Amino acid sequence: MGIQPTAQVPALPDGGAGTPGGDEATVHQQPFTPSRRDFWRFLGLKFSGAVISLVLVLFTAFFIFRIIGGDPVKAIGGDTPLTPSQRAEIEERLGLNEPLTVQFWEYIRSVLTLDWGTSYVNNQQVTDLLLARLPNTLLLTGTALVIAAGLGIWIGARAGWRQGSRFEKSQVGLSLALWSAPTFWLGMIVIIIFSVQLGLFPVNGMRSTRGVGDGFWPQSLDVAHHLVLPALTMAAVIYAQYVLIMRSSILEERGNDYLTVAKAKGLRDDVVRRRHAVPNALLPTVTLIALQFGAIFNGALLTETIFSWPGLGLLFYEAIRVPDIPLLQLLFIFFAGTTIIANMLADILYRFLDPRVRSSA
Amino acid sequence: MSAPSTPAPPGETDGPRATPPGSAPRLTSARAITWARRRKALADFWRQYRRQSAGLVGLGVLAFIALATLLAPLYTDESQLRAVNAPGERLESPSGEFWFGTDEVGRSILLQVIWGARVSLQIGIVAAVLAVGLGTLVGMMAAHYGGWASWLLMRLTDWFIVLPSLVLAIALVVALGASRFTIILAIALTSWAGTARLVRAQTMSIEGRPYLERARALGAGHWHQMSRHVLPNLMPLILASATLQVSSAILTEASLSFLGLGDPSTVSWGTILERAFHAGAISYGAWWYMLPPGFAILAVVLAFTLCGRAMETVLNPRLRGAR
Amino acid sequence: MTTDATEQEPAPGTDPGAPEPRGGSTVRPTLQIEDLRITYRGSRGEIPAVRGISLTLNPGDTLGLAGESGCGKSTVAAAVLRLLPPGTEVTGRILLDGEDILAMSFGKLRAVRWAGASIVFQGAMHSLNPVHRIARQIAEPIVLHEGVGREAAEARAVELMAQVGLPAWRATSYPHELSGGQRQRVMIAMALACSPQLIVADEATTALDVMIQAQVLRLLKQLVTERHIALVMISHDLSVLADTCERLAVMYAGRLVEHGPSHEVFAGARHPYAQALSAAFPTVGDPAERRNPQGLAGDPPDPADLPTGCSFHPRCPVVMAECPTTPVTLRAARDDWQAACLRVEDTGTDTGTDPAAATGDDLPAPTLLTKGDA
Repeated sequence: MGIQPTAQVPALPDGGAGTPGGDEATVHQQPFTPSRRDFWRFLGLKFSGAVISLVLVLFTAFFIFRIIGGDPVKAIGGDTPLTPSQRAEIEERLGLNEPLTVQFWEYIRSVLTLDWGTSYVNNQQVTDLLLARLPNTLLLTGTALVIAAGLGIWIGARAGWRQGSRFEKSQVGLSLALWSAPTFWLGMIVIIIFSVQLGLFPVNGMRSTRGVGDGFWPQSLDVAHHLVLPALTMAAVIYAQYVLIMRSSILEERGNDYLTVAKAKGLRDDVVRRRHAVPNALLPTVTLIALQFGAIFNGALLTETIFSWPGLGLLFYEAIRVPDIPLLQLLFIFFAGTTIIANMLADILYRFLDPRVRSSA
Repeated sequence: MSAPSTPAPPGETDGPRATPPGSAPRLTSARAITWARRRKALADFWRQYRRQSAGLVGLGVLAFIALATLLAPLYTDESQLRAVNAPGERLESPSGEFWFGTDEVGRSILLQVIWGARVSLQIGIVAAVLAVGLGTLVGMMAAHYGGWASWLLMRLTDWFIVLPSLVLAIALVVALGASRFTIILAIALTSWAGTARLVRAQTMSIEGRPYLERARALGAGHWHQMSRHVLPNLMPLILASATLQVSSAILTEASLSFLGLGDPSTVSWGTILERAFHAGAISYGAWWYMLPPGFAILAVVLAFTLCGRAMETVLNPRLRGAR
Repeated sequence: MTTDATEQEPAPGTDPGAPEPRGGSTVRPTLQIEDLRITYRGSRGEIPAVRGISLTLNPGDTLGLAGESGCGKSTVAAAVLRLLPPGTEVTGRILLDGEDILAMSFGKLRAVRWAGASIVFQGAMHSLNPVHRIARQIAEPIVLHEGVGREAAEARAVELMAQVGLPAWRATSYPHELSGGQRQRVMIAMALACSPQLIVADEATTALDVMIQAQVLRLLKQLVTERHIALVMISHDLSVLADTCERLAVMYAGRLVEHGPSHEVFAGARHPYAQALSAAFPTVGDPAERRNPQGLAGDPPDPADLPTGCSFHPRCPVVMAECPTTPVTLRAARDDWQAACLRVEDTGTDTGTDPAAATGDDLPAPTLLTKGDA
């Protein structure tokens, strides 16, 4: 489930962000503001890096699903045995009898024209399926992220600030335990306690089938009621990662002289933390959180499966069971592509956040 | 570990290193000195490690689980894992006979958890070793050769770091077909990148040290430099990284199994939870079906994480902090 | 053994090391340190960093505090505002304008910090918050202590910047956009922000190159004189201190070993350590010094494991038989000059001679005194 939170922190000794090529090219030793041209150069580097990564994703998807990916004909036919003529007909329809190079160009063409094919299951355009489920996933992951980031960064900063205290030890212990628990198991436990035993929240799904009014507010409240458990479950694991990341970032900052100066100025201890330590510690945290972005999809996949939340994760899970190759392929490219773009944006954001423009890399 | 070939006379010095080179006829071989130094480093490491209570707890839990798993054939009957031999009733709650109750065909949950440990641990450890080995290789190559090859390797590493690892692992298992081997392969292929980054940075710092420059000046080849000088210095770091990697490998294995991509012929903690989920244990309220395997995962993952963190703390004194 | 150091220390106000108080003998000292002892508690046990120091500064006084790395001088600076790490044991008294810093409540202490005394920290590179603009950082204590709005405070910050020779447009710069000398000026402007009675400059110029160092020193001296501020300047560079300060105190292993008028101490120190320290900075153009460079062998002693008797005896070029066994405290060599050396009474005013004469050519090559402080 994602990248080790603890291994990540020392795993970035060269300062950080996604791409090493970009790192080395943008280090500024001189104490001057970088010129506008440097910025465009940086933007170009990041952008081209992301494009190369995306192309690599397309290659990988083709390689995994078309070359080593078993027999799509069997997947379509399911358990019913096919006659040779039926088989030939399906192969013809999918273009499977063409040489691989032709298939590859066909694949690239379809990717570029956004013609991603139809689902094996119900012949719907897979892009339509994705678009229909996307808002639900955004709602769930968005809620979970806001909870996890807000709470995690806050608690992590306080824990790192008071290293060695009972508060720090208990928070780190809790985070490690949460991180070590499988997301789907946490979901099962939460359901059994809060839905089955206490009956406080619905067991699964996103909307009640009946008994809810038609207006906007009753509908929204119903969705919110369904959202509580999955959002908290998903947030728990991400929260744990953010606590650990923010704590180590604060620990890195703690020895710095400017904090002593702030203390010497007569600021209260918590003001020193909030005003001086946290803004500095947030900078490396942004990069690390961006690197963890892929883990959010991992969490969404498992949480949606457990709670039958009708989002992309559940769609992916349903596609695995078939396996519905065109849908899997699209979702794979979507998940991977989103993380790559999110990382690129985080790199650019970092550049705006850090006035030093990474002069300390 | 071989003992020093010529031990120092008793009462005079406390080890071969204390003898000034060339001052006495008791010449100790370079190999003996190396081993003595490594033994001392290991002893130092253990002394530091012992101070970390969390790391000791983790080690204790691991020792207990390892023992319980290895000795499983001695105190349990594997044949009862088969549905036809199920000794109990359907979904019995915990009792004196079945401490953790039974599953939907009447098999003991405890027995499944004990035997599931074998699969989960085996997959987790093998996958982690493979991942760390691959990461070490890539990291060392990227650091040692430099130039465009290094650039390419690191680009690839970053690509793997960013990608959602579980999604990629699922895609691989779906494509290759679910089996123990493919699961190990998928986990290893999707989790080596963090180690590669770590190893690259460390290798670069080791390669800057004077004794490597000397080795190069004396004409040491790439292989000699890597195997004799860089790798021994990387070992502690690699070990810590591997320990942490086992945690995430076990979690990934559990997730894959839960999503129905586990090896169908065996019982692992993830597959127990998958069956619990599909057998309707949640709505039945059969908490005993879900708690034991989940806690087993939690305990093992936490134990490996605690050990790995304790090792990291020993290796990186900056993490230790001032009390 | 350390208690007699304070018994010899004269009563406050009549400190012979201090120059004639400007406002007569009734003036209240700005800073008065009495028998200060500081012990760090670490994994290696207790480490005595400061072992009984007494100092008095009247308004407008300037005192240079010299010594090698690890002798405790930065610890003294941090103690003045009670900035030591938690768990550190501090005894004695630090009176700032008559009020005991060590006995204050946290609220009172925060009010005194920066408004009563401020510190120019060493290494301005790391002493400024990298993500805040400099005007904001200078204005921060003004907002805090004088309750003015942020804009008014930043306007004051720009005035302060002008006083230290920084153009107003630099107000919106970030620390990394300034050069080392400019950053140090920012630190000085920041130290002046709340018009404190005392400024402690801890290695304020060490990281700067010689030209900038001279500029910053001149600036600091001028501002301190104009505003009648007491200044404690900490450095390992005796020549810098002799230029800037009226009095000089030399520290070794957590204690004062010499204390007197700066030019006289620099030219003819009584304590062999102070002699070595001043000899480490040769007079340019003196051929004798070029042929026979001065320095001091060895490292400062480990504070956790101090030598017996005079802590300096293992490195002392003129060590005597009784030095390792006899505890030595500050002795008055003159009414305004003290040194902690057994030879002080023996040789009277003659100790000022070249220490190399005593040992001939056996003195090892000069050892550079390391920069920075523990």
